[in-house]
Amino acid sequence: MTTALEWQLATVTAIRAETAKVKSFTFALPGWTRHRAGQHYDIRLTAPDGYRAQRSYSIASEPERTGEIDLTIERVEGGEVSVFMHEVVAVGDRIEVRGPIGGYFVWEADMAGPLLLVAGGSGIVPLMSMLRHRAATGSTVPARILYSSRTYDDVIYRDELDRLKAAGDSFEVFHTLTRAQPAGWTGFARRIDGRMLSDISQAFGAKALTFICGPTPLVESAANGLLELGLKAERIKTERFGPSGK
Amino acid sequence: MDPTNADLVLDGNAVAGVLAEIFGDDLTAVLGTCPDCGKRAELATCRAYTHAPGIVLRCSACDGVQLRIAWTPRGYRYEARVQVDGRFPASG
Amino acid sequence: MGERFVTRGFTGHPQPAGPAKDRIPPGQHLVSDFPVLSAGPTPRIDLRTWEFSIEGAVRQPVKWSWDEFRALPAQEFVVDISCVTTWTKLDTRWRGVSVDVLLEHTELAPDARFLTALCYGGYTTNLPLPDALNGQAFVAYEYDGQPLPPDHGGPARLVVPHLYFWKSAKWVRGLRLMADDREGFWESLGYNNHGDPWKEERYSGDS
Repeated sequence: MTTALEWQLATVTAIRAETAKVKSFTFALPGWTRHRAGQHYDIRLTAPDGYRAQRSYSIASEPERTGEIDLTIERVEGGEVSVFMHEVVAVGDRIEVRGPIGGYFVWEADMAGPLLLVAGGSGIVPLMSMLRHRAATGSTVPARILYSSRTYDDVIYRDELDRLKAAGDSFEVFHTLTRAQPAGWTGFARRIDGRMLSDISQAFGAKALTFICGPTPLVESAANGLLELGLKAERIKTERFGPSGK
Repeated sequence: MDPTNADLVLDGNAVAGVLAEIFGDDLTAVLGTCPDCGKRAELATCRAYTHAPGIVLRCSACDGVQLRIAWTPRGYRYEARVQVDGRFPASG
Repeated sequence: MGERFVTRGFTGHPQPAGPAKDRIPPGQHLVSDFPVLSAGPTPRIDLRTWEFSIEGAVRQPVKWSWDEFRALPAQEFVVDISCVTTWTKLDTRWRGVSVDVLLEHTELAPDARFLTALCYGGYTTNLPLPDALNGQAFVAYEYDGQPLPPDHGGPARLVVPHLYFWKSAKWVRGLRLMADDREGFWESLGYNNHGDPWKEERYSGDS
Protein backbone atom coordinates (compact mmCIF):
# COMPACT_ATOMS: atom_id res chain seq x y z
CA MET A 1 0.00 0.00 0.00
CA THR A 2 1.43 3.36 -0.92
CA THR A 3 1.59 5.85 1.92
CA ALA A 4 1.21 9.57 1.41
CA LEU A 5 4.96 9.93 1.94
CA GLU A 6 5.98 7.64 -0.88
CA TRP A 7 6.42 8.70 -4.45
CA GLN A 8 4.31 6.79 -6.92
CA LEU A 9 4.17 6.82 -10.70
CA ALA A 10 0.93 8.38 -11.89
CA THR A 11 -0.22 8.24 -15.51
CA VAL A 12 -1.71 11.28 -17.19
CA THR A 13 -5.02 10.15 -18.65
CA ALA A 14 -6.52 13.50 -19.64
CA ILE A 15 -5.49 17.13 -20.11
CA ARG A 16 -8.09 19.87 -20.29
CA ALA A 17 -7.59 23.60 -20.86
CA GLU A 18 -9.56 25.60 -18.30
CA THR A 19 -8.36 29.05 -19.39
CA ALA A 20 -5.53 30.36 -21.55
CA LYS A 21 -3.03 29.86 -18.72
CA VAL A 22 -4.62 27.06 -16.71
CA LYS A 23 -4.91 23.35 -17.42
CA SER A 24 -6.33 20.43 -15.50
CA PHE A 25 -4.51 17.12 -15.56
CA THR A 26 -6.13 13.82 -14.65
CA PHE A 27 -3.73 11.35 -13.04
CA ALA A 28 -4.51 7.67 -12.64
CA LEU A 29 -2.85 6.57 -9.38
CA PRO A 30 -1.90 2.95 -8.78
CA GLY A 31 -1.69 3.77 -5.07
CA TRP A 32 -4.74 6.05 -4.88
CA THR A 33 -5.98 6.72 -1.38
CA ARG A 34 -9.03 8.77 -0.57
CA HIS A 35 -8.06 12.38 0.00
CA ARG A 36 -9.84 15.18 1.83
CA ALA A 37 -10.98 18.25 -0.08
CA GLY A 38 -8.31 20.94 0.31
CA GLN A 39 -5.31 18.63 0.34
CA HIS A 40 -2.58 18.62 -2.26
CA TYR A 41 -0.11 16.40 -4.07
CA ASP A 42 3.58 17.04 -4.74
CA ILE A 43 4.86 16.57 -8.29
CA ARG A 44 8.50 15.73 -8.90
CA LEU A 45 10.34 15.96 -12.22
CA THR A 46 13.73 14.35 -12.77
CA ALA A 47 16.11 15.21 -15.62
CA PRO A 48 18.53 12.63 -17.09
CA ASP A 49 21.44 14.21 -15.16
CA GLY A 50 19.55 13.75 -11.90
CA TYR A 51 18.44 17.37 -11.52
CA ARG A 52 15.05 17.53 -9.80
CA ALA A 53 12.28 20.07 -9.51
CA GLN A 54 9.35 19.63 -7.17
CA ARG A 55 6.17 21.62 -6.56
CA SER A 56 2.88 21.21 -4.68
CA TYR A 57 -0.50 21.44 -6.39
CA SER A 58 -3.92 21.36 -4.77
CA ILE A 59 -6.26 18.54 -5.68
CA ALA A 60 -9.16 19.86 -7.74
CA SER A 61 -11.26 16.69 -7.79
CA GLU A 62 -13.59 15.38 -5.13
CA PRO A 63 -12.60 12.43 -2.89
CA GLU A 64 -15.62 10.55 -4.21
CA ARG A 65 -13.83 10.01 -7.55
CA THR A 66 -11.78 6.91 -6.92
CA GLY A 67 -8.52 5.78 -8.48
CA GLU A 68 -7.64 9.14 -9.98
CA ILE A 69 -7.20 12.81 -9.16
CA ASP A 70 -7.32 16.09 -11.06
CA LEU A 71 -4.66 18.70 -10.47
CA THR A 72 -5.37 22.14 -11.93
CA ILE A 73 -2.13 23.96 -12.67
CA GLU A 74 -1.58 27.56 -13.67
CA ARG A 75 1.29 28.22 -16.07
CA VAL A 76 3.62 30.59 -14.22
CA GLU A 77 6.13 32.50 -16.37
CA GLY A 78 9.55 31.01 -15.67
CA GLY A 79 8.02 28.31 -13.49
CA GLU A 80 10.05 25.14 -13.85
CA VAL A 81 7.29 22.64 -13.23
CA SER A 82 4.22 24.49 -14.46
CA VAL A 83 5.80 25.40 -17.80
CA PHE A 84 6.85 21.78 -18.27
CA MET A 85 3.35 20.54 -17.42
CA HIS A 86 1.81 22.95 -19.91
CA GLU A 87 4.25 22.57 -22.77
CA VAL A 88 5.64 19.06 -22.66
CA VAL A 89 3.38 16.66 -20.78
CA ALA A 90 1.10 14.52 -22.95
CA VAL A 91 -1.60 11.97 -22.24
CA GLY A 92 0.10 8.68 -21.44
CA ASP A 93 3.11 10.27 -19.73
CA ARG A 94 4.08 9.05 -16.28
CA ILE A 95 4.84 11.58 -13.57
CA GLU A 96 6.06 11.01 -10.00
CA VAL A 97 3.61 12.27 -7.39
CA ARG A 98 3.32 12.08 -3.61
CA GLY A 99 0.29 12.62 -1.43
CA PRO A 100 -2.37 13.39 -0.37
CA ILE A 101 -0.85 15.92 2.01
CA GLY A 102 -2.29 18.48 4.41
CA GLY A 103 -4.36 18.10 7.55
CA TYR A 104 -5.24 21.70 8.22
CA PHE A 105 -6.80 23.30 5.16
CA VAL A 106 -9.48 20.67 4.62
CA TRP A 107 -13.29 20.60 4.60
CA GLU A 108 -15.52 17.61 4.83
CA ALA A 109 -19.29 17.79 4.59
CA ASP A 110 -19.73 16.68 8.19
CA MET A 111 -17.81 19.75 9.36
CA ALA A 112 -20.96 21.67 8.38
CA GLY A 113 -20.85 25.45 8.02
CA PRO A 114 -22.19 27.71 6.73
CA LEU A 115 -19.24 27.58 4.36
CA LEU A 116 -17.63 30.83 3.21
CA LEU A 117 -14.96 30.50 0.53
CA VAL A 118 -12.71 33.28 -0.74
CA ALA A 119 -10.44 32.64 -3.71
CA GLY A 120 -7.95 34.61 -5.77
CA GLY A 121 -6.81 33.25 -9.13
CA SER A 122 -5.62 29.66 -8.91
CA GLY A 123 -6.52 29.70 -5.21
CA ILE A 124 -9.91 28.45 -6.40
CA VAL A 125 -8.51 24.94 -6.88
CA PRO A 126 -8.68 23.51 -3.33
CA LEU A 127 -11.98 25.31 -2.79
CA MET A 128 -13.36 23.69 -5.93
CA SER A 129 -12.49 20.32 -4.47
CA MET A 130 -14.57 21.30 -1.45
CA LEU A 131 -17.50 22.39 -3.63
CA ARG A 132 -17.33 19.24 -5.75
CA HIS A 133 -17.23 17.15 -2.58
CA ARG A 134 -20.22 19.09 -1.26
CA ALA A 135 -22.14 18.37 -4.47
CA ALA A 136 -21.11 14.71 -4.55
CA THR A 137 -22.37 14.12 -1.02
CA GLY A 138 -25.62 15.99 -1.66
CA SER A 139 -24.76 18.28 1.24
CA THR A 140 -27.11 21.20 1.78
CA VAL A 141 -24.71 23.13 3.98
CA PRO A 142 -25.20 26.73 2.84
CA ALA A 143 -22.14 27.83 0.92
CA ARG A 144 -20.99 30.89 -0.94
CA ILE A 145 -17.79 31.75 -2.73
CA LEU A 146 -16.20 35.12 -3.47
CA TYR A 147 -13.83 34.59 -6.39
CA SER A 148 -11.39 37.24 -7.59
CA SER A 149 -10.01 36.99 -11.13
CA ARG A 150 -8.38 39.49 -13.46
CA THR A 151 -10.79 39.14 -16.37
CA TYR A 152 -13.82 37.10 -17.39
CA ASP A 153 -11.62 34.79 -19.46
CA ASP A 154 -9.40 34.11 -16.44
CA VAL A 155 -12.23 32.65 -14.38
CA ILE A 156 -11.38 28.99 -13.84
CA TYR A 157 -14.32 26.53 -13.71
CA ARG A 158 -16.63 29.36 -14.74
CA ASP A 159 -19.31 27.20 -16.35
CA GLU A 160 -19.20 24.58 -13.62
CA LEU A 161 -19.66 27.24 -10.94
CA ASP A 162 -22.66 28.55 -12.88
CA ARG A 163 -24.13 25.04 -13.03
CA LEU A 164 -23.63 24.47 -9.31
CA LYS A 165 -25.29 27.79 -8.62
CA ALA A 166 -28.20 27.00 -10.93
CA ALA A 167 -28.76 23.69 -9.18
CA GLY A 168 -30.15 25.89 -6.46
CA ASP A 169 -29.17 24.12 -3.29
CA SER A 170 -28.03 26.96 -1.04
CA PHE A 171 -24.93 27.76 -3.05
CA GLU A 172 -24.07 31.26 -4.30
CA VAL A 173 -21.20 32.58 -6.37
CA PHE A 174 -19.84 36.13 -6.27
CA HIS A 175 -17.26 37.08 -8.85
CA THR A 176 -15.06 40.10 -8.85
CA LEU A 177 -13.04 40.99 -11.95
CA THR A 178 -10.23 43.31 -11.05
CA ARG A 179 -8.64 44.27 -14.35
CA ALA A 180 -11.34 44.31 -17.03
CA GLN A 181 -15.02 43.48 -17.20
CA PRO A 182 -17.14 42.46 -20.20
CA ALA A 183 -19.95 44.70 -21.43
CA GLY A 184 -23.00 44.31 -19.26
CA TRP A 185 -21.09 42.91 -16.29
CA THR A 186 -23.10 43.17 -13.08
CA GLY A 187 -20.66 41.53 -10.64
CA PHE A 188 -18.01 43.23 -8.55
CA ALA A 189 -15.29 45.06 -10.46
CA ARG A 190 -12.52 45.77 -7.98
CA ARG A 191 -10.04 44.11 -5.61
CA ILE A 192 -11.57 42.47 -2.57
CA ASP A 193 -12.06 45.00 0.21
CA GLY A 194 -13.84 45.30 3.54
CA ARG A 195 -17.09 46.50 2.02
CA MET A 196 -17.24 43.59 -0.41
CA LEU A 197 -16.45 41.10 2.34
CA SER A 198 -19.16 42.61 4.50
CA ASP A 199 -21.71 42.34 1.68
CA ILE A 200 -21.07 38.68 0.98
CA SER A 201 -20.48 37.45 4.49
CA GLN A 202 -23.35 39.19 6.24
CA ALA A 203 -25.88 36.45 5.52
CA PHE A 204 -23.66 33.93 7.29
CA GLY A 205 -22.39 36.15 10.09
CA ALA A 206 -19.89 35.01 12.65
CA LYS A 207 -20.97 31.35 12.35
CA ALA A 208 -19.26 31.00 8.98
CA LEU A 209 -16.52 28.44 8.52
CA THR A 210 -14.16 30.27 6.18
CA PHE A 211 -11.45 29.08 3.79
CA ILE A 212 -9.30 31.63 1.94
CA CYS A 213 -6.82 30.64 -0.76
CA GLY A 214 -4.81 32.59 -3.31
CA PRO A 215 -1.79 34.88 -3.59
CA THR A 216 -0.39 35.92 -0.21
CA PRO A 217 -1.40 39.60 -0.33
CA LEU A 218 -5.03 38.70 -1.18
CA VAL A 219 -5.20 36.04 1.52
CA GLU A 220 -3.84 38.32 4.23
CA SER A 221 -6.04 41.23 3.22
CA ALA A 222 -9.18 39.08 3.12
CA ALA A 223 -8.40 37.36 6.42
CA ASN A 224 -7.77 40.69 8.13
CA GLY A 225 -10.94 42.09 6.59
CA LEU A 226 -13.06 39.24 7.92
CA LEU A 227 -11.48 39.49 11.37
CA GLU A 228 -12.40 43.18 11.41
CA LEU A 229 -15.98 42.21 10.60
CA GLY A 230 -16.04 40.10 13.73
CA LEU A 231 -15.43 36.60 12.37
CA LYS A 232 -13.43 34.50 14.80
CA ALA A 233 -9.85 33.60 13.93
CA GLU A 234 -10.47 29.93 14.82
CA ARG A 235 -13.13 29.74 12.11
CA ILE A 236 -10.88 31.15 9.36
CA LYS A 237 -8.36 28.95 7.58
CA THR A 238 -5.91 30.25 5.02
CA GLU A 239 -3.61 28.82 2.39
CA ARG A 240 -1.14 31.08 0.60
CA PHE A 241 -0.05 30.46 -2.96
CA GLY A 242 3.04 32.04 -4.52
CA PRO A 243 2.78 34.80 -7.09
CA SER A 244 1.12 33.88 -10.36
CA GLY A 245 2.36 34.98 -13.75
CA LYS A 246 1.68 38.62 -14.52
CA MET B 1 7.10 43.80 -11.67
CA ASP B 2 9.14 41.21 -9.82
CA PRO B 3 7.42 39.69 -6.81
CA THR B 4 8.38 41.23 -3.49
CA ASN B 5 9.49 39.37 -0.40
CA ALA B 6 5.96 39.78 0.98
CA ASP B 7 4.42 38.18 -2.14
CA LEU B 8 6.69 35.17 -1.80
CA VAL B 9 5.83 34.32 1.80
CA LEU B 10 3.72 31.17 2.07
CA ASP B 11 2.48 29.23 5.07
CA GLY B 12 2.97 25.86 6.69
CA ASN B 13 0.60 24.21 4.21
CA ALA B 14 3.24 24.70 1.52
CA VAL B 15 5.85 22.68 3.36
CA ALA B 16 3.57 19.91 4.60
CA GLY B 17 5.28 17.36 2.36
CA VAL B 18 8.76 18.27 3.61
CA LEU B 19 7.61 18.11 7.23
CA ALA B 20 6.03 14.72 6.63
CA GLU B 21 9.24 13.52 5.02
CA ILE B 22 11.40 14.63 7.95
CA PHE B 23 9.11 13.83 10.87
CA GLY B 24 7.15 10.95 9.41
CA ASP B 25 3.76 12.56 9.81
CA ASP B 26 1.65 15.43 8.50
CA LEU B 27 2.27 18.16 11.08
CA THR B 28 0.24 20.99 9.59
CA ALA B 29 -2.70 20.52 11.95
CA VAL B 30 -0.47 20.03 14.99
CA LEU B 31 -0.49 22.83 17.57
CA GLY B 32 2.82 24.48 18.39
CA THR B 33 3.77 27.10 20.95
CA CYS B 34 6.11 29.91 19.93
CA PRO B 35 9.09 30.04 22.33
CA ASP B 36 9.38 33.81 21.88
CA CYS B 37 5.82 35.11 22.32
CA GLY B 38 3.88 32.10 23.53
CA LYS B 39 1.36 32.09 20.67
CA ARG B 40 -0.21 28.68 20.22
CA ALA B 41 -1.37 27.82 16.71
CA GLU B 42 -1.36 25.08 14.08
CA LEU B 43 1.93 24.78 12.22
CA ALA B 44 -0.03 25.44 9.03
CA THR B 45 -0.44 29.05 10.14
CA CYS B 46 3.30 29.71 10.40
CA ARG B 47 4.71 31.98 7.76
CA ALA B 48 6.94 29.92 5.49
CA TYR B 49 9.99 31.42 3.83
CA THR B 50 10.79 28.96 1.05
CA HIS B 51 12.75 31.14 -1.36
CA ALA B 52 16.02 30.57 0.40
CA PRO B 53 18.77 27.97 0.70
CA GLY B 54 16.29 26.21 2.97
CA ILE B 55 12.92 26.66 4.66
CA VAL B 56 12.20 28.89 7.63
CA LEU B 57 8.89 28.71 9.49
CA ARG B 58 8.12 31.77 11.57
CA CYS B 59 5.46 32.62 14.13
CA SER B 60 2.48 34.41 12.57
CA ALA B 61 2.34 36.77 15.55
CA CYS B 62 5.96 37.73 16.26
CA ASP B 63 8.00 36.32 13.32
CA GLY B 64 10.12 34.29 15.74
CA VAL B 65 11.81 31.31 14.11
CA GLN B 66 9.82 28.13 14.82
CA LEU B 67 11.66 25.72 12.57
CA ARG B 68 14.62 25.97 10.18
CA ILE B 69 15.24 23.28 7.60
CA ALA B 70 18.01 22.83 5.05
CA TRP B 71 18.30 20.05 2.52
CA THR B 72 21.77 18.78 1.80
CA PRO B 73 22.76 15.80 -0.34
CA ARG B 74 23.13 13.90 2.92
CA GLY B 75 19.52 14.51 3.85
CA TYR B 76 17.55 17.13 5.75
CA ARG B 77 19.00 19.04 8.68
CA TYR B 78 16.71 21.03 10.93
CA GLU B 79 16.49 22.99 14.14
CA ALA B 80 13.13 23.17 15.89
CA ARG B 81 12.40 25.91 18.43
CA VAL B 82 8.63 25.57 18.42
CA GLN B 83 7.24 23.51 21.29
CA VAL B 84 5.02 20.71 20.04
CA ASP B 85 4.03 18.57 23.03
CA GLY B 86 7.61 17.30 23.21
CA ARG B 87 7.02 15.52 19.92
CA PHE B 88 10.18 16.11 17.94
CA PRO B 89 13.81 16.52 18.99
CA ALA B 90 15.17 20.07 18.81
CA SER B 91 17.54 19.36 15.99
CA GLY B 92 18.50 16.72 13.53
CA MET C 1 13.83 2.11 -5.16
CA GLY C 2 16.51 0.95 -7.59
CA GLU C 3 16.96 3.02 -10.70
CA ARG C 4 15.86 6.60 -10.54
CA PHE C 5 12.81 7.45 -12.67
CA VAL C 6 13.53 10.01 -15.38
CA THR C 7 10.66 12.23 -16.50
CA ARG C 8 10.17 12.15 -20.25
CA GLY C 9 11.11 15.47 -21.84
CA PHE C 10 12.36 17.20 -18.67
CA THR C 11 15.84 18.64 -18.99
CA GLY C 12 16.04 21.08 -16.08
CA HIS C 13 17.95 24.28 -16.66
CA PRO C 14 19.65 24.64 -20.04
CA GLN C 15 23.43 24.25 -19.96
CA PRO C 16 25.19 27.61 -20.12
CA ALA C 17 26.18 28.48 -23.64
CA GLY C 18 27.47 31.48 -25.52
CA PRO C 19 30.13 34.03 -24.61
CA ALA C 20 29.20 34.19 -20.92
CA LYS C 21 29.69 30.45 -20.46
CA ASP C 22 33.08 30.69 -18.76
CA ARG C 23 31.80 33.20 -16.24
CA ILE C 24 29.20 30.83 -14.86
CA PRO C 25 30.42 28.58 -12.05
CA PRO C 26 29.72 24.83 -12.22
CA GLY C 27 26.12 23.82 -11.58
CA GLN C 28 24.83 27.35 -12.01
CA HIS C 29 22.53 28.88 -14.59
CA LEU C 30 22.22 32.45 -15.79
CA VAL C 31 19.34 34.70 -14.79
CA SER C 32 18.54 38.22 -15.91
CA ASP C 33 16.16 39.18 -13.10
CA PHE C 34 17.32 39.56 -9.50
CA PRO C 35 15.57 36.85 -7.45
CA VAL C 36 14.55 37.80 -3.92
CA LEU C 37 15.52 35.16 -1.40
CA SER C 38 14.97 35.60 2.28
CA ALA C 39 14.92 33.73 5.55
CA GLY C 40 12.47 36.16 7.07
CA PRO C 41 10.41 39.31 6.64
CA THR C 42 12.07 42.44 5.27
CA PRO C 43 12.96 44.47 8.36
CA ARG C 44 11.72 48.05 8.49
CA ILE C 45 14.78 50.03 9.46
CA ASP C 46 14.77 53.69 10.39
CA LEU C 47 17.82 55.47 9.03
CA ARG C 48 17.73 57.77 12.04
CA THR C 49 18.55 54.84 14.31
CA TRP C 50 20.54 52.67 11.86
CA GLU C 51 24.01 51.84 13.09
CA PHE C 52 26.95 49.85 11.79
CA SER C 53 29.52 48.53 14.23
CA ILE C 54 32.82 46.67 14.22
CA GLU C 55 33.17 44.75 17.46
CA GLY C 56 34.72 41.71 19.06
CA ALA C 57 38.42 40.89 18.63
CA VAL C 58 39.42 44.51 17.98
CA ARG C 59 41.35 47.00 20.06
CA GLN C 60 38.41 49.40 20.09
CA PRO C 61 34.84 48.82 18.87
CA VAL C 62 33.73 51.35 16.24
CA LYS C 63 30.24 52.50 15.36
CA TRP C 64 28.83 54.71 12.62
CA SER C 65 25.46 56.34 12.20
CA TRP C 66 23.90 56.40 8.71
CA ASP C 67 25.23 59.89 7.97
CA GLU C 68 28.68 58.99 9.27
CA PHE C 69 28.72 55.81 7.22
CA ARG C 70 27.69 57.63 4.04
CA ALA C 71 30.59 60.03 4.58
CA LEU C 72 33.14 57.20 4.40
CA PRO C 73 35.09 56.76 1.16
CA ALA C 74 32.99 54.55 -1.09
CA GLN C 75 33.43 53.01 -4.49
CA GLU C 76 31.39 51.58 -7.29
CA PHE C 77 32.05 47.97 -8.21
CA VAL C 78 30.63 45.61 -10.84
CA VAL C 79 30.66 41.93 -10.01
CA ASP C 80 29.10 38.59 -10.88
CA ILE C 81 27.09 36.95 -8.10
CA SER C 82 26.13 33.31 -7.56
CA CYS C 83 23.46 31.95 -5.25
CA VAL C 84 23.73 28.43 -3.88
CA THR C 85 20.20 27.82 -5.20
CA THR C 86 21.95 27.76 -8.62
CA TRP C 87 21.27 31.13 -10.18
CA THR C 88 24.08 33.40 -11.30
CA LYS C 89 23.73 37.02 -12.31
CA LEU C 90 26.47 38.80 -14.21
CA ASP C 91 27.65 42.41 -14.06
CA THR C 92 25.75 43.56 -11.00
CA ARG C 93 26.58 47.15 -10.14
CA TRP C 94 26.91 48.33 -6.56
CA ARG C 95 28.24 51.20 -4.51
CA GLY C 96 29.56 50.81 -1.00
CA VAL C 97 32.41 50.90 1.46
CA SER C 98 35.02 48.18 1.40
CA VAL C 99 35.58 46.19 4.57
CA ASP C 100 39.25 47.20 4.28
CA VAL C 101 38.24 50.85 4.77
CA LEU C 102 36.01 49.94 7.70
CA LEU C 103 38.78 47.98 9.43
CA GLU C 104 41.15 50.91 9.08
CA HIS C 105 39.17 52.59 11.84
CA THR C 106 40.27 50.10 14.44
CA GLU C 107 43.03 47.62 15.15
CA LEU C 108 42.47 43.94 14.91
CA ALA C 109 43.44 41.83 17.89
CA PRO C 110 46.27 39.44 17.05
CA ASP C 111 43.93 36.45 17.29
CA ALA C 112 41.22 37.85 14.99
CA ARG C 113 40.87 35.21 12.31
CA PHE C 114 37.13 35.04 11.52
CA LEU C 115 34.20 37.37 11.28
CA THR C 116 30.47 37.06 11.73
CA ALA C 117 28.07 39.41 9.96
CA LEU C 118 25.28 40.57 12.28
CA CYS C 119 21.99 41.75 10.81
CA TYR C 120 18.70 43.44 11.59
CA GLY C 121 16.21 40.56 11.74
CA GLY C 122 18.72 38.20 13.31
CA TYR C 123 20.43 36.61 10.31
CA THR C 124 24.11 35.73 10.65
CA THR C 125 26.81 34.37 8.39
CA ASN C 126 30.50 33.70 9.01
CA LEU C 127 33.63 34.25 6.93
CA PRO C 128 37.34 33.62 7.37
CA LEU C 129 38.89 37.08 7.77
CA PRO C 130 41.16 36.77 4.69
CA ASP C 131 38.02 36.42 2.52
CA ALA C 132 36.83 39.83 3.71
CA LEU C 133 40.03 41.75 2.94
CA ASN C 134 41.79 43.17 -0.10
CA GLY C 135 38.75 44.41 -1.94
CA GLN C 136 36.82 41.15 -1.65
CA ALA C 137 34.04 42.43 0.62
CA PHE C 138 31.94 45.58 0.80
CA VAL C 139 29.06 47.03 2.74
CA ALA C 140 26.90 48.25 -0.12
CA TYR C 141 24.05 50.75 -0.01
CA GLU C 142 23.39 51.27 -3.70
CA TYR C 143 22.45 48.75 -6.35
CA ASP C 144 22.32 49.63 -10.06
CA GLY C 145 22.66 53.32 -9.31
CA GLN C 146 19.71 53.45 -6.88
CA PRO C 147 19.44 53.17 -3.11
CA LEU C 148 19.49 49.48 -2.24
CA PRO C 149 15.84 48.33 -2.10
CA PRO C 150 14.71 46.84 1.24
CA ASP C 151 13.88 43.44 -0.29
CA HIS C 152 17.46 43.20 -1.53
CA GLY C 153 18.95 44.13 1.80
CA GLY C 154 18.60 47.90 2.05
CA PRO C 155 19.60 50.18 3.71
CA ALA C 156 22.90 48.27 3.54
CA ARG C 157 24.10 44.74 2.98
CA LEU C 158 27.35 42.86 2.88
CA VAL C 159 28.51 41.96 -0.62
CA VAL C 160 31.15 39.24 -0.91
CA PRO C 161 30.93 38.28 -4.58
CA HIS C 162 33.59 35.59 -4.64
CA LEU C 163 31.51 33.40 -2.31
CA TYR C 164 27.95 32.09 -2.63
CA PHE C 165 25.53 34.92 -2.05
CA TRP C 166 24.12 33.66 1.26
CA LYS C 167 27.35 35.07 2.68
CA SER C 168 26.37 38.54 1.37
CA ALA C 169 24.22 39.21 4.40
CA LYS C 170 21.23 41.50 3.92
CA TRP C 171 20.32 44.24 6.42
CA VAL C 172 23.81 44.09 7.90
CA ARG C 173 24.36 46.06 11.09
CA GLY C 174 27.88 45.05 12.02
CA LEU C 175 30.82 42.72 11.81
CA ARG C 176 32.12 40.82 14.84
CA LEU C 177 35.75 39.78 14.67
CA MET C 178 36.52 36.48 16.36
CA ALA C 179 39.36 34.16 17.20
CA ASP C 180 37.26 31.07 16.65
CA ASP C 181 34.85 30.38 13.82
CA ARG C 182 31.15 30.32 14.62
CA GLU C 183 28.65 28.91 12.13
CA GLY C 184 25.95 31.28 10.94
CA PHE C 185 22.30 30.73 10.09
CA TRP C 186 22.69 28.42 7.09
CA GLU C 187 26.15 27.12 7.94
CA SER C 188 24.76 25.58 11.13
CA LEU C 189 22.29 23.57 9.04
CA GLY C 190 24.88 22.00 6.76
CA TYR C 191 25.89 24.72 4.33
CA ASN C 192 29.59 25.08 3.63
CA ASN C 193 31.66 27.23 5.93
CA HIS C 194 33.56 28.76 3.05
CA GLY C 195 31.28 28.69 0.00
CA ASP C 196 33.46 29.10 -3.10
CA PRO C 197 31.18 28.67 -6.16
CA TRP C 198 34.08 27.73 -8.41
CA LYS C 199 34.82 24.76 -6.18
CA GLU C 200 31.10 24.10 -5.66
CA GLU C 201 31.48 24.40 -1.90
CA ARG C 202 27.74 24.32 -1.28
CA TYR C 203 27.43 21.97 1.67
CA SER C 204 29.73 21.06 4.55
CA GLY C 205 32.00 18.28 3.41
CA ASP C 206 32.21 19.63 -0.14
CA SER C 207 35.87 20.09 -1.19
